[in-house]
Amino acid sequence: MRDKVVPDLAAALDGVSDGSTVLIGGFGLAGQPLALIDALLEQGASDLTVVSNNAGNADFGIARLLAAGRVRKVVCSFPRQSDSYVFDELYRAGKVELEVVPQGNLAERIRAGGAGIGGFFTPTGVGTLLAEGKETRVIDGRSYVLESPIRGDVALIGAHRGDQLGNLVFRKTSRNFNPMMATAATLTIASVHEIVPVGDLDPETVVTPGIFVDRVVRVEVAA
Amino acid sequence: MTLDRDAVAARIARDIPYGAYVNLGIGAPTLIADHLPDELDVTLHTENGLLGMGPAASGDAIDGDLINAGKQPVTELPGAAYFSQADSFAMMRGGHLDVCVLGAYQVSAGGDLANWHTGGPDAIPAVGGAMDLAIGAKQVWVMMDLLTKEGAPKLVTSCSYPLTGIGCVSRVYTDRAVFAVGPGGVSVLDRFDITLEQLRDLTGLDLT
Repeated sequence: MRDKVVPDLAAALDGVSDGSTVLIGGFGLAGQPLALIDALLEQGASDLTVVSNNAGNADFGIARLLAAGRVRKVVCSFPRQSDSYVFDELYRAGKVELEVVPQGNLAERIRAGGAGIGGFFTPTGVGTLLAEGKETRVIDGRSYVLESPIRGDVALIGAHRGDQLGNLVFRKTSRNFNPMMATAATLTIASVHEIVPVGDLDPETVVTPGIFVDRVVRVEVAA
Repeated sequence: MTLDRDAVAARIARDIPYGAYVNLGIGAPTLIADHLPDELDVTLHTENGLLGMGPAASGDAIDGDLINAGKQPVTELPGAAYFSQADSFAMMRGGHLDVCVLGAYQVSAGGDLANWHTGGPDAIPAVGGAMDLAIGAKQVWVMMDLLTKEGAPKLVTSCSYPLTGIGCVSRVYTDRAVFAVGPGGVSVLDRFDITLEQLRDLTGLDLT
């Protein structure tokens, strides 16, 4: 039987290249795969474009990657938070590029990337700064703006439970962007808190089917 | 007399229809949840992926995997459902939410909303779900003070801050009055110990 479980974090992040676009799951710290991000830092890839909902919290996860100067550009919906001081300082110093995307458009652009959709018309953002320069169209009397798909070279996924086939389930609101991101990268790496035997996950409740996942690594629940 | 935030929240809660699916924006609108009686049978949506959100969590109930859109720990109610961001924003964009209540920097007489970015030179733009919420729910209401700390009206002829959505707001609940806004202009639905003339003076708008 195929086995996507890798022995450790170093094996999970093996081969990530400089200049990669990295999709990173999570909403704030919920579902943010902190151990994978730390392992990416260790692995050494730089000049990264990070796609995630936020631009890091305190000194954890994405903030750590930013502080180490590994990130060229952040694509996110909500960079500014009470504890986003690492990003704030880099941005104000002109050391990191920012593309702000409305949260639902971000989710749908990633979904489109994973689903083979070439773009979509959405009412979100019409008439705002975030639609400037984009094609608009009136459909059935309503205005829409054309948004493009997002794909990653790598996706870092924070799941709860998985099996060796790569099937994943999530826990509560830590699901957030993780399922879409898992579909939209060339190399999808999932961390799980528990690896269960094949057959133990109820097929009716698998959220991310294993076809979307390349590597699974077990990590401890963050304290 | 002006109403405090809690009183404005209670006033908004009175207008939420029975059985509604509701999203309460980050900040002051979250206070509305405290004024929704159980018998109103309202289901709260939080855009980070939960329908059937319960009150804030404390003590042992705090779970890092269970947070609201403001990243505060919350609880789930019986019958709750978790879903991805794609599904969550399909609920919103697809017009499945009945009411959304947001904060704002400014609302225009025609219902334009500005609540995501001051446009200031040192400001870091952050939009989150604001633009999706603005155009998504069947009814978008705003909860805000009528005036800024400097005394300038926040209900205006046309927004000077960057827009979040165009013509999307139908009602504005403030500490001094409740307004309906839209293509027909601004009408006053409720006043809190203030005359229509005084409201006209404060806003400079042709209120009816």
